[in-house]
Amino acid sequence: MATAARIDAPDNASPLQSSEAVVVRFAGDSGDGMQLTGGQFTLSSALAGNDFATFPDFPAEIRAPLGTLFGVSAFQINFGSTEIETAGDAPDVLVAMNPAALKTNVKDLKPGGLIIADSGEFTARNLAKAEYDANPLEDDSLGKWQLIQFNISQLTLDAVKPFGLGNKEALRCKNMWTLGLSLWMFDRDRQPIIDWLKDKFAKNPVLADANIAALNAGHAYGETAEIGQPGMVAIPQRHVSAAPVEPGLYRTITGADAVAYGLVAGCQLADVKMFFGGYPITPASSILHALSRLKEYGVMTFQAEDEIAAIASAIGASYAGQLGVTSSSGPGIALKTEAIGLAVMTELPLVIVNSQRGGPSTGLPTKTEQSDLYQAVYGRNGDTPLPVIAARSPSDAFDCAIEAVRIATQFMTPVILLTDGYIANAAEPWKVPDMSTYQPFPVTFLDHVPEGGFKPYGRDNKLARPWVKPGTPGLRHRIGGIEKQVDTGHINYSPENHQAMTDLRKNKVDGVADHIPYQDVCLGTTSGKLAIVGWGSTFGPIHQAVRRARAKGMDVSHIHLRHIWPMPKNLGELLKSYDTVIVPEMNTGQLKTVLRDQYLVDAKPLNKVSGQPFRIAEIEAAIEEALG
Amino acid sequence: MNDMTPIKTTPKDWETDQEVRWCPGCGDYAILKAVQRTMPEIGGTPENTVFVSGIGCSSRFPYYMETYGFHTIHGRAPAVATGVKLANPDLDVWVISGDGDALSIGGNHTMHMLRRNLDCQFLLFNNEIYGLTKGQYSPTSREGTRSPSTPFGSVDHPTKPCAFALGAGARFVARAIDVSKQLVDVLKSAHAHKGTAFVEIFQNCIVYNADVFAGFTEKANRDHQLWLENGKPMLFAGDTKGIALDVASLSLKVVDVVDGNWEAAGVLVHDVTNRTVAHMLVEMPFGEFPMALGVLYDDPRPTFDSAVFEQNAAVTKGKLPNLQKLISTGQTWTVDA
Repeated sequence: MATAARIDAPDNASPLQSSEAVVVRFAGDSGDGMQLTGGQFTLSSALAGNDFATFPDFPAEIRAPLGTLFGVSAFQINFGSTEIETAGDAPDVLVAMNPAALKTNVKDLKPGGLIIADSGEFTARNLAKAEYDANPLEDDSLGKWQLIQFNISQLTLDAVKPFGLGNKEALRCKNMWTLGLSLWMFDRDRQPIIDWLKDKFAKNPVLADANIAALNAGHAYGETAEIGQPGMVAIPQRHVSAAPVEPGLYRTITGADAVAYGLVAGCQLADVKMFFGGYPITPASSILHALSRLKEYGVMTFQAEDEIAAIASAIGASYAGQLGVTSSSGPGIALKTEAIGLAVMTELPLVIVNSQRGGPSTGLPTKTEQSDLYQAVYGRNGDTPLPVIAARSPSDAFDCAIEAVRIATQFMTPVILLTDGYIANAAEPWKVPDMSTYQPFPVTFLDHVPEGGFKPYGRDNKLARPWVKPGTPGLRHRIGGIEKQVDTGHINYSPENHQAMTDLRKNKVDGVADHIPYQDVCLGTTSGKLAIVGWGSTFGPIHQAVRRARAKGMDVSHIHLRHIWPMPKNLGELLKSYDTVIVPEMNTGQLKTVLRDQYLVDAKPLNKVSGQPFRIAEIEAAIEEALG
Repeated sequence: MNDMTPIKTTPKDWETDQEVRWCPGCGDYAILKAVQRTMPEIGGTPENTVFVSGIGCSSRFPYYMETYGFHTIHGRAPAVATGVKLANPDLDVWVISGDGDALSIGGNHTMHMLRRNLDCQFLLFNNEIYGLTKGQYSPTSREGTRSPSTPFGSVDHPTKPCAFALGAGARFVARAIDVSKQLVDVLKSAHAHKGTAFVEIFQNCIVYNADVFAGFTEKANRDHQLWLENGKPMLFAGDTKGIALDVASLSLKVVDVVDGNWEAAGVLVHDVTNRTVAHMLVEMPFGEFPMALGVLYDDPRPTFDSAVFEQNAAVTKGKLPNLQKLISTGQTWTVDA
């Protein structure tokens, strides 16, 4: 997690103690409801005052065949009494609902970690599907871990028997049984989950009651096992205290919701209506879903026939005087590329959100990656500069969306906002900001012929051209993708004009750097031996790794970029004040290349493209190696 | 916001100061003049009118109309127009496109605009060729068309724009010829229709596909034009021939009309709301049949934009935006000081 509101632990704090934080991973078949279980466990962690970060990891297939290795869906949560910034490296506890879930996840479990397995699912058939030759619960292959197994399926069936559900429906309550046990293990209150179940199944009280019975049964199982009933294994129970945080109202937020709310907030601050053109794509669709419910905030949403129509309609709306917004993931952004060029050429405000996923092509739709930085900064025909912003965490996406709206409307330019699959889906606590503390940046529509005549491509002091709503008398004009004449906006192919307009477009975007904050150092010192420079969702692991290394006395600092293009004006000098610069990225070195190009610094890459976020330990190792 | 009181304009008021850059003799000139003549007649207001185009010869059109205008990218004009109309439904939106722009690269957007029934006029200038890229065959070019990209003749089957439009769900389909005097009336009917009004205009590309429509546009061939009028019999060739229904095969046929007695010949009376007959009219093979022109089909139903605004008004009724409240709901908890 990364809210600025969090009270920072002192810089010399000792590394996290396992007692202060616990990592739990729920893994099961994609039909087992693991995401739901994880989500509700997250809520209970929040209510217990823990800091936390989550990582949902699910297959691209909606309903993969039952019991298969590729059909495993997992949800990891790291919660603790100290600052938590990643979903955790290795789980302390793995809940495995079937053999496939055990097989695909157990290798990540810490040595000595706890496995809770539903033995009822370890049938010959399921073992074969998971490609196990022998039942791992019965041989010593899990010897380096602590194993607790019981027939969760049967226990669930027994618990929900009074409600007369069919076998299939009854077994679907398994996840609530597991959640009940987990709540007991971590000394949590069941009531909020019970309330949630009642609300969720308001139309089907029998299902609500059955699920609540399963939840209670799981909880009771932990309790009874503890006092040593025959045939029951005692389950360790742990209490994780509340984390010290600034007082105030908190909520959990995913990156997708934060982007949606941030866009709404940005449009309010800009005093402009929003038009959102979208097309379904994983993992960006949640933004379209969230905004579709916010019509009273002056939001128009339009599900277009394709990615191109989504952005083209947004450009049309921007031309007509609303803020056009579109959102997608890499493949969809690729389709929008030509239209982004049109928005650059016609100098219309536009926000393009890219929730990055593993690429190239269809790639890894449900996995995370940061490999669209080149696409955002460079990926268009012609000299086509535009500002690029990257969010570092789910809650940071709120402020980044506001920043994107500010730059788009103040500079009359498309802006790309980068998030990724991890940020979009992960939840973290967020101290709800006080909106009255945000400085408005209202737009001005030109509504009269100014002195000296109307120039559709005239400039203000930020080199932005005027925004005119069609319907305004006296200001009729035509725009388009053909090169514009300076000032008049008429078609003009002359060499000197094209040079002048290309320079203008570049200078305008470069000038954004005069209106963004200087780059800060978020942990450490403004010069020294080593800087770890990151962007986007690598924030958590970098921050924790740098914190741990500094606690060991190492001279290392963390710099995290929000403004990818143009970059903050002091960045070059700042980077040159360190002996070594390492850039960890979930790609093959894209920011590293841009930094080298911009500042001639010998930035060194640290790359990972496995579809999984960095582990803290991986970055720690790189720090230790660099500092010898 | 906009003052919608009609003002009196003349065709001259709709001309820009920009030099028109089509080839001398291009059919686009005639269409431009017809549109500029139409605007005063429909009581249009220049500042409330937006022309949106894609890419191609026809798509230069907005630069020559003294209105708001947006020359967008290849094939995407319908999508841009959708955003314009949804952002400001008071605007009178005209989409200008060609056969390549609307039916090849932009076929998807054309289909969905028609299906949704956005309130706008969609003018498709059909010259059966790619003009601006110097003469390649287009999706409406007839089989065997020789072009730089098909030196031995094209082998693929062309699409019929009006059949495409009807198939996509269009509620207004009309046809006209660039130089025909009826074009203004067709455009007026298109404008009067609420919803996407699809107008195919046969446009003569004198450089790359000259006289491709001569079979019915030449003075000598006027007998091959069937101008349809609602409530009037489907007569052509100086009222000596008509279109009748062949009941046995459930198809249309050409019948001779003797002494003006069209009823006796079984000639159909044009009903613009008859979708079945409209499908038959757009499919009539030219040669054996005349070219059906004028308003082929006109049967409005609620538009996309009106449905969107009605729903938005209904679901937001009584709801006041409160962003602070919005971000403070969900899974919340309070940390005490």
